[in-house]
Amino acid sequence: MAVPKRRMSRSNTRSRRAQWKAAPVTLVECPQCHSQKLPHAACPTCGTYRRRQVLNPA
Amino acid sequence: MPTPTKGARMGGSPAHQKHILANLATSLFEHGKITTTEARARRLRPYAEKLITFAKRGDMHARRQVLTVIKDKGIVHNLFAEIGPAMADRPGGYTRITKIGHRKGDAAPMAVIELVQDEAGTSRARRRTRRPAAAPAVPAAVAEAAVEAEAAADAEAAADLAGAHGAEDLNESEDTEAPEADSEAEAGAEAEAEPEA
Repeated sequence: MAVPKRRMSRSNTRSRRAQWKAAPVTLVECPQCHSQKLPHAACPTCGTYRRRQVLNPA
Repeated sequence: MPTPTKGARMGGSPAHQKHILANLATSLFEHGKITTTEARARRLRPYAEKLITFAKRGDMHARRQVLTVIKDKGIVHNLFAEIGPAMADRPGGYTRITKIGHRKGDAAPMAVIELVQDEAGTSRARRRTRRPAAAPAVPAAVAEAAVEAEAAADAEAAADLAGAHGAEDLNESEDTEAPEADSEAEAGAEAEAEPEA
C-alpha cells in the first residue's frame, strides 16, 4: 500500500488548513419584525412567513 | 419499469415508509397543521392531497379507499364531512409547506405542513390586486399627460381658427401645463413606490 515517505512539515500542514473557511450564512431581513432570518423560511423571531403567522415564536 | 417515487425514501422498509406516510396523513387531518422534517412534508403533500381529492368525491368507494390508509374512522369522518367540502372550490393545492429552519440536535431542515384554510385563491387574489395597484400608477400619469397633449392640440387648432391672438395664449398654456405633467408623473412614481415599502 502506498504510504507517505516523509512527515509533512508544520508549514505545509498549516498552509493547507488555512483554506478551511466557513462561508457566511445568507440572511435576509424579516418584513414583519426586521430581524435577520433565513431566506424562504419563516422568521424564528416573530414566527411569520410573508406576513402569515406560521408558528408561535419560542 | 414502474416510475420511482419522487423525493426521499423514508423508514427502513417499504412497509415502514407506508406506515410513516399514513401516520403523517392521519395527524395532518386530525390537527390541520403539523411540524415535521422538510423531507417528510414534501413526501406527505401529494399523498395527503390525493386523500383530500377522495374526500371531495365523497362516495362510499372513495371513503373505503381512504379507510385503507387512515384507520381512524373519526378522522376519516372529519375528512369527508369538513375538509372535503371546505376544499370544494379549490382546484388542488390543499396543503401548504412553510420551511421553519433547522432542528436543534441534528440540524434537520424542518417545515410546517398545514391544510390551506383561508378563502379560495388568496395568493392569486393578492397577486391580482397587487399588480393593478402598481401598474395603473404609471399608465394613469401617462394617460393624463396624453390627454393634456390632446387638449393642447385642440387648443392649438382652436387658436389657429381664432387667429394670431390665440398663438400667444397657446405658448403660455403650454408653459404652464408642462410642469404639471412632470409633478403628476412624480406623484405617480411615489404612489408606486409606497405599496412596496
